[in-house]
Amino acid sequence: MILQHIADGLLSGAIVALGAIGLSFTMKILRFANFSHSELLTWGAYFAVIFFAVAAVIGGGYGTPIAPFSFGWPLLAALLVTAALTSLLAIALHHLVFARLNRMAGHMTMVFASFGVALLLRHLLVLIFGPAPLYYSSALQFAMLLPGGVRVMPDQVFLLGLTVVVVIALHLFLTRSRTGISMRAVAENPDLARVSGVDVGRIVMWVWIIGASCAAVAGVMYGLTVQLRPELGFSLLLPLFAAAILGGAGSLYGAVIGGLAVGLSENLSVMIIPTTYKPAVPFLMILLVLYFRPEGLFGERR
Amino acid sequence: MTAPVLQAEGIVAGYTADLMILHGVSVEVAPGEIVAIIGPNGAGKSTLIKAIAGLVKVSAGRIAIDGRETTGTPAHLLAAAGVAYVPQTDNVFATLSIEENLVLGGVTLPGRQARARIEEALARYPMLAERRRQKAGILSGGQRQMLAIARALMTAPRLILLDEPTAGLSPMAAEELFGLIRGLVGGGAAVLMVEQNARAALRHSDRGYVLAEGVNRIEGASDALLADAEIGAIFLGLRPADSEGLRP
Ligand SMILES: Nc1ncnc2c1ncn2[C@@H]1O[C@H](COP(=O)(O)OP(=O)(O)OP(=O)(O)O)[C@@H](O)[C@H]1O
Ligand SMILES: [Mg+2]
Repeated sequence: MILQHIADGLLSGAIVALGAIGLSFTMKILRFANFSHSELLTWGAYFAVIFFAVAAVIGGGYGTPIAPFSFGWPLLAALLVTAALTSLLAIALHHLVFARLNRMAGHMTMVFASFGVALLLRHLLVLIFGPAPLYYSSALQFAMLLPGGVRVMPDQVFLLGLTVVVVIALHLFLTRSRTGISMRAVAENPDLARVSGVDVGRIVMWVWIIGASCAAVAGVMYGLTVQLRPELGFSLLLPLFAAAILGGAGSLYGAVIGGLAVGLSENLSVMIIPTTYKPAVPFLMILLVLYFRPEGLFGERR
Repeated sequence: MTAPVLQAEGIVAGYTADLMILHGVSVEVAPGEIVAIIGPNGAGKSTLIKAIAGLVKVSAGRIAIDGRETTGTPAHLLAAAGVAYVPQTDNVFATLSIEENLVLGGVTLPGRQARARIEEALARYPMLAERRRQKAGILSGGQRQMLAIARALMTAPRLILLDEPTAGLSPMAAEELFGLIRGLVGGGAAVLMVEQNARAALRHSDRGYVLAEGVNRIEGASDALLADAEIGAIFLGLRPADSEGLRP
């Protein structure tokens, strides 16, 4: 029983982790809490709906599933395309809203504006796709039985593996490439980075691209395991913030460990509290972290 | 006559639009010259350096580097054009390794050239080479200063802006650093440095400017400024007894 909760926790934690990476980076580098970040997950998931629809018209569609997964090669193409489209959306929002406010107003204004952006994005999806749930595929997937009587969906295991790949790729980017090292420099001291010759505007674009791409992947993978609704991202908002705050703003590993910790605590909590109180767990985690270690596990004390 | 490396005329600048800190400051630095800016706390010395580096918006006046006007150029482009700046505080990336700090210094260079310069810098400062993979945050004050300067020199800059480079250093380490600064201008580069320790700064520079309340007060050859007892009394806070040796 407890093994099952741990497995479920890790699998749902992987989605939270991917979503929290972008939130954590924007919180650190753009210095505001972006409440519209969760909508990027939703938009990523719906961009994939469009991708599959277009793919169906030109042939191919959802593809032949590669056993034991519910999807075929087109899913990988869908992940790339939706990551690109979601990045464009994030960059557009940056130029239309956040960059302007950053020049004219304070960071609190940006936080409130992000609430507005979130509402707008969510209701645009309701307008376009309607409030009814959608599915990528009508194929039914059977759970795999692991040792210890643990049941997992193959798609979720794929997601866990994909998360590991994304984190390794990001680690190499942040430690080996000049752009990645510059990004960490901007996170610590933007002025010093500027006078060293770093184009901070270009780094900010990279932050949005990374954050939005991870969000899109998380959104599509979440959409694969549950149904697609315009509230998909919104329902993850609190877990995302809990993960980013627990990990510490700007920390890649913090976001990942934070995400897994949130997923695990949510799933283990149902052993001691009624399931209806499960959404309170991330909220409680935020309060505890802010009280005892405001900079998070891996954040720098300011 | 060659153009000055830095020519700043009538600089008006401040951090907010309604409060100017500099009210028309002019400084000039010739190739091969070390120029000191001294003056009381809050005079606007750091602000002037930041305006030249492109970090503080210049509202009026003009700045030219090697005869080319650069007023209003973003800081990262100035860095690529040969302006290096070592701030008064937080002048290394504490969360980055020593090697990564040097990578940042060479971020405007082609990759291969940057890698070669990093190796040169590490060869020049064995203390940094020993700790190349460790975070710069572990370094002592003097070591940080050395890393900050090594980072700034990665581009082989034309103009080196130093804000209180000897702050927090022992008198011996300060003397050593001044020696190093003298070596920087050999190839025709120029140094503009701000110093708290006015006497030491004037002893190790060619010319000096005294800045107070955001305007130029006095300028001249450093040895003349040093010899002028009145300047010493009014602007440098020196008593005759201080006239030899470094202030603690
Ligand atoms: N980031 C900032 N924002 C607003 N005002 C500032 C900022 N930095 C400095 N000032 C103000 O500008 C004025 C000049 O400061 P500046 O740091 O240029 O002086 P300074 O001559 O370098 O002094 P010190 O010898 O103490 O370093 C001061 O009144 C200071 O309060
Ligand atoms: Mg100063």
